[in-house]
This record gives sequence, structure tokens and C-alpha cells, in this order.
Amino acid sequence: MNKLLARLMPNNPGRAVVIGVPYLWLVLFFLLPFLIVLKISVSEMNVGQPPFKPLTEMVDNFLNIRVYLGNFISLFDVANDDLYARTYLSSLKYAAWTTIFCLVIGFPFAYFMARARPTIRPALLMLVMMPFWTSFLLRVYAWKAILTTNGVFNQILIGLGIIGEPLHMLHTPFSLMIGMVYVYLPFMILPLYANLVKLDGRLLEAAADLGATPWQRFWLVTVPLSKSGIIAGSMLVFIPCVGEFVIPELLGGPETLMIGRVLWDELFSNNDWPRAAAVAVVTILLIIVPLAIFNKYQAESQGERT
Amino acid sequence: MKLFSFRALADVAWGVALAASCGIALAQEEPKVLNVYNWSDYIAEDTLKNFEKETGIKVRYDNFDSNEILHAKLVAGKTGYDIVVPSSNWAKIQIDGGLLAKLDKALIPNLANVDAETAGQIAKLDPGNQHLVVWLWGYTTVGINVDKVKAALGSMPMPDNAWDLVFKPEYISKMKSCGVSFLDSPSEIFPAALHYLGKPAFSKQTSDYQEASRMLQAIRPYVTLFSSSGYINDMANGSICLALGWSGDISIARQRAIDGKTGNKIEVLIPKTGGILFFDTMAIPVDAPHPKNAHAFINYILKPEVHASLTNKVFYANPNAQSTKFVKKEVAENPTVFLSAENKKKMIAPDAVNNDIRRLSTRLYTQFKTGL
Repeated sequence: MNKLLARLMPNNPGRAVVIGVPYLWLVLFFLLPFLIVLKISVSEMNVGQPPFKPLTEMVDNFLNIRVYLGNFISLFDVANDDLYARTYLSSLKYAAWTTIFCLVIGFPFAYFMARARPTIRPALLMLVMMPFWTSFLLRVYAWKAILTTNGVFNQILIGLGIIGEPLHMLHTPFSLMIGMVYVYLPFMILPLYANLVKLDGRLLEAAADLGATPWQRFWLVTVPLSKSGIIAGSMLVFIPCVGEFVIPELLGGPETLMIGRVLWDELFSNNDWPRAAAVAVVTILLIIVPLAIFNKYQAESQGERT
Repeated sequence: MKLFSFRALADVAWGVALAASCGIALAQEEPKVLNVYNWSDYIAEDTLKNFEKETGIKVRYDNFDSNEILHAKLVAGKTGYDIVVPSSNWAKIQIDGGLLAKLDKALIPNLANVDAETAGQIAKLDPGNQHLVVWLWGYTTVGINVDKVKAALGSMPMPDNAWDLVFKPEYISKMKSCGVSFLDSPSEIFPAALHYLGKPAFSKQTSDYQEASRMLQAIRPYVTLFSSSGYINDMANGSICLALGWSGDISIARQRAIDGKTGNKIEVLIPKTGGILFFDTMAIPVDAPHPKNAHAFINYILKPEVHASLTNKVFYANPNAQSTKFVKKEVAENPTVFLSAENKKKMIAPDAVNNDIRRLSTRLYTQFKTGL
């Protein structure tokens, strides 16, 4: 037994364990569930329990393997029904806009925090994280109360005499974007702050000495140096936004097309687990493939530099 | 070696004996717990309290607001629920899929209270009433805020057929300004739309659904809310003046408007061509952890005074022939709760549809809702 262990971990067993734990984690909680979803996505639907048919079957001593691709085919059959294609595009669009808004609001925010006196930085950081102390659902519901037609926001605007009639804001793309940006903003600010706080102030001084205007210093020094923070923040916002279900459901309008909603329909209205699994697989690929390409490009460009 | 195997065998035998004795103990003595999954706004305040007092069984009570959600949970299995309340046409799919357990009628003596007419309706989908007992029943119909709808219509008279209000553009377009709510589920909207077009409400023809979809597209701009539970309060407080909803829900809105002194006069309409009937039925999932308690609960609900208290609270009719004397006078006399024989005859009975039709109606419903 000990020999076997020794052969599996030749040099340093401690090292193998340390490396092995995260891999084990990924295999158990990412790869395995994904494979299950993948398996369901190529099964046929079944009424009953489980709601999909088995992939393998023994008939007359033949092992029959039936891989059903109909779910994927109908997802991409745009000529017949472009609902899925439209939904993917619309989800990506909302996620992209959320990321852009979060970046535009979050960058100055993080910059201000990073430039604040070190003594008050922990307090500022605390303020950013404070909303997490309240349930996410509660905060989204609060926006419902604020934005509804006879809600707080409309009453203030009417009270100030800015508008005469209450505005219809809830269940529109506007309320959806407010909710998404509000919820995901901390995920943008935190990595940006972590990055910007390490920015070497002397580089900016040097740029100023060499005659760069504040604008040039920002674009040519600060932004390139904070690139990794921007990327990390954008990923943290963009990826969960694509699959977001709760916020569009509560704040979006009935015409809001999001992949989360389509998944819900497949699972609940149609009870078609295989089709829902196929939708999920394509969503994952849609996010992972660009990410992998980007990673590769990033690794290559870093390899060139060193 | 020999000794080892003998000991192992002894261990196994001991283990089996222990497990078996536990199993027997469990079968005799169920924990005093019951998990119920029912529709929202569908019970009286004291129903569960009295049941707990009478039987000592603690009830955990959860809500849903569409058959789709319940069905999805049952299909996924291991819900942990002992009582679920699907509508009869969905329950049929669940019975066929082997998701619901057969009732042990010996444990439900109060089954004798169920009136023959309702039992007959259910038997069409559940032959021999082997799985289902009606909780309450009602119908999908149109509800209005009388004053607001009259004001919105102006010089136009009320239509002869109440369905016109929600499905005919010249009527519903007038109502947009005061708020129009539709139930939020394909399995509620399509039967009503198909019925309005003169098709079978639970049609099996794809072309019928396409036609209904075209009609729905035309009225989509005027629907301001899709809701299957929140519309009760919206109607009561006046932010909605027209609803395609469930009969009892609209009556609850009416009561809340009266209790809250909002001045909104809410009314349930009975369409000339009839509403779409539904029977919500108590059933026990096959994998229910406490089936005995579930039977006790069904038997308790079937007590005349308990069933009457449900009707008194939520304005849906009950199937309990003995309960009439416990129903409040104003509820008993409400013609939209207990339908007259003439109105009953007009109502459309529920039926199950197959998977292809469900997929089609979900797809067309998404199209309707998103306006794409």
C-alpha cells in the first residue's frame, strides 16, 4: 500500500496533495456536474421520473448507445425558430452593457478609494461590501418599491415638480439595468481597487515630469497598468450576468429575453430537461470559448514580453 | 479465515435484523410531521392550526402559483412533500407518469362527503378516483373593477360576452390606461383563447394554437401585467382594472378592496360562453415521506366544517356535499362561487394535453409575452 502511494507521488507527497486538492475540487464540483448535464443534453425526453431516457440499453445482448442530437440541432435551427439565437444575443447584450456601466461607474470609484488616505481605506472598502450583509433578493425587491409607478422615486420627482405624471420605470430595460449594475458593481470595484492600490505613484510623477497631461497620464499609464484589474472585474461581472435569472425576472419587463428565462421555461413549462441541459451547455461554451482564446492570447503576449 | 467469515456473516445478520426492526418501527410510527405544497391564497388562517391541535402533526406549508412549477418538482422527484395540490388535468399526466400514489381509501372515511357530481368530473381523468380528492374548484374567467372599466369604455356598452373584454382589441385597448393583468402561464392563457375562438379549449391541433397565437399578438400591446398571484392585491388597490384570472382570486380581491375601504368595486364575470373549469386536487407523491399523515390531512380537510371554512375564506367552491350548512350566507348566495345549474353547464371541463402541444404553447406564449 505504501509502495503504491510512493509510486503515485514520487518526490514529495505533500506537494502532490496540495496540487491535488484544487484539481479534485474542480473535478468533483465542475467537471462531474458538467458531464452529467452534457449526458442529459444528449438524452431523449421522458414523461415520468427521471424526466429523460437512458443513453445505454441492453437489447438481445447488444449494448445500444443512443445519442440524441435533436436538442442541439433545434437550438441552432435558426430558420425554423430563432428564439434561442435571439435569446443568446440578448443575454450577451445585457451582460455587456452591465459590464460597461459597472466599469464606467466602478473605475472612478475604485480609483478614488485607492487614492484615499490609507487610514480610511478599510472603512471605504467596508462601505462597498456592506450591501452584501443584506440578502440579495431583498435588495432587488427594494428596487421594485423604489421604481414602481407610485414608488419612492416617482414621488420624489413629482414632489420636486420635475414631472407631472409618474414615469413608468419598473419592468423596463431601464429598471433591469439599474438592478444588474447595482448588484454587480462591487464585483467590479473590488478587483479594480486591489489592482489600483498597488499602482506605483512614482510612474505617474515621472510621466508628469516628462510633460504628460493628466489625461495622457490616465490613458497611457494608469489604464494599461490596471489592465489585469479591469479584465478580472469585467469577467466577474459579465459571466454571471449572462445567466442571470432573478434580476430580469423581478425587474425586467415581459419582453426581456434572457437565457435564464428560457432555461426556466424548458425546465418548468416544458419539463424538457434534455433541451434545458443543451441550452445550458451552449451557454457554458459561449462563455468559456472566448475566455480560453483570451487566456491563450494573454499567455502568449506575456511570454513575448519576458 | 473461517472464523473471520463467520464473524462477518454474523455481523451482516445482525445488521439486517437491526435494519429490519427499524423499518418496522418506522412503518408503525411515522414522525408527527406533514409537508404540504399548495397554491398561494388558498387556505383559511385556522386550518393548519386546528389540524395540528387535533392530530398533533406539525405542518410545514409551502406555496406555488402555477401547475408548471409543481409538475417540475414532482418530475425531479424527492420533493419531501406529502400533499401536493395539482389541477386535475395536470394530475392526469402525473398519474400516467407514476408520480402520484394510490390513496388508501380505508384511511379516509370522510370521502363519503364528496358530492357525486365532482367525483364524476374527476373520474374522467382519474378513473375510479384512485389518486385525487378535490381541494376546491373554480374557473378561469374575467374580473373587472366596475367603475374604472365603465369609465374606460365611455359610451361603449359592456360586451355581451365577457371574454370580449380581454380578447377583442376594441375593448381591451381602452383598458390599457387603467391596467390589464393576464395569468402568467401558457396552460392558463391558451385554453381561454382557444375557447374564445370557438375551438376546443384543450385542442390537440397545432393549427388551432397558431390561430390563438395570432389573436393574442394583436392584444399584446394592451396587457400591462403578467401575474398569477400578485394581481389579487393589484386589483384590490386599483392599479389593475381588468384581469384574466381565477374566479376565487378575483373574489378575494373584491373582499380585500372592501376590507381595505379602497372604494374599488371588483366583480367576477361569468362569460356567456362559459369559463374554463379547474379542479385542484389533493394527491400524495409516490415518494412522500409521511403518507399516513397525508391521509389524515385529506380526511381532515374533508370534514364539512373545514371544507366550508376554506370556501368562506377564498371564495372557491368545495366538493363537500355536507359543508353547505357551514358556508357563510353571503358566500353561499354568491352566484360566482357556487354556480347555478345553468352556468355550470356552460363551463368548459379541463383536459390533459401531450408534450408536443405543451412545447408549442410554451413557445407561442413566449412569443406572445415578449412580443417577438
